[in-house]
Amino acid sequence: MIARLIIALFLFTPNAFAVEPAEMLKDNALEARARLLSKELRCLVCQNQSIDDSDALLAKDLRTLVRERIISGDSNDEVIDFVVKRYGDFVLLRPPFKFLTAALWTGPAIILITSAAVILFLLRRRKKTTGNAVRPLNSDERALVQDLLAEPNKHDP
Amino acid sequence: MRSIALIPLLAFLLLAFLLGIYLWQLGAGEKKTFQLPSALINKPIPEFSLPPIKNMEAQTKGLRTSDLKGKVALVNIWASWCPPCQAEHPILMDLADEGIKIYGINYRDTPRDARAFLEMLGNPYKKIGADIQGRVAIDWGVYGYPETFVVDQTGRIRYRHVGPINPGQLNSVIRPILNKVSR
Repeated sequence: MIARLIIALFLFTPNAFAVEPAEMLKDNALEARARLLSKELRCLVCQNQSIDDSDALLAKDLRTLVRERIISGDSNDEVIDFVVKRYGDFVLLRPPFKFLTAALWTGPAIILITSAAVILFLLRRRKKTTGNAVRPLNSDERALVQDLLAEPNKHDP
Repeated sequence: MRSIALIPLLAFLLLAFLLGIYLWQLGAGEKKTFQLPSALINKPIPEFSLPPIKNMEAQTKGLRTSDLKGKVALVNIWASWCPPCQAEHPILMDLADEGIKIYGINYRDTPRDARAFLEMLGNPYKKIGADIQGRVAIDWGVYGYPETFVVDQTGRIRYRHVGPINPGQLNSVIRPILNKVSR
């Protein structure tokens, strides 16, 4: 019974988040927007968590701030802008594409394409060298093969 | 065939170079890779107005944007509950003795604890504002405590230091910036 209860508890655990009931907005639609925005914003104390995930004091303050901006009528972009003005692009978990972040965004694709090109190049070259290794038989060799094929048992002891 | 044999060597050299840059950045305690650049560098200081610490009105006076205009100043965000703040406190006391103007923002503290902290360790601040909600700290883009900002005569933020200032950083980073900004 107790074991089942424990299993049930694990099964019905919702995805973990740090938002406290007191922070939540009464309006479900607005609260959903706040949750969505919170997932895009980095907690600068823990740095690999969003403010929606983090229990840090700063994350809590930022969650409250996001909700206040939403209540006061800010659009989603305006809320994000407000935070970015204070904390910079690093606060965005999905960094924007600009000159400074170009390497970040295009790097993986560039590495993939160049390594694919290098591998293709090497494979092709290997094929070419092995192709050259098979040179045609000269006349002596050809005669020997003909000889062997014509009389299969001649060389047997 | 020769050039293929060079590929692992080149890959190793590239990796060694990148790791070398990383080591070099960590060196000498000057540049810390975990110190994020402030989004407010060369921007005007945020508009704010904070009350003094309760029961210390005469000593702390409160802090507002206009207090920081027209002079080179350090703005230090601190809290009594933050051990690194305690660690850097003697350095702030020394700087205040030298005549450098330091202003404090007391972050999410209780008046009682803040007062005990200042009475025990001394008060290097010309003025202190109590940021009980932590809202003004967000306007300054603060994410670690303590943080110290260098503000120039025009009221612009010129440098932000995250974490306690140690004596090495004081001489290698903070003083040169103060000198540069004062000129």
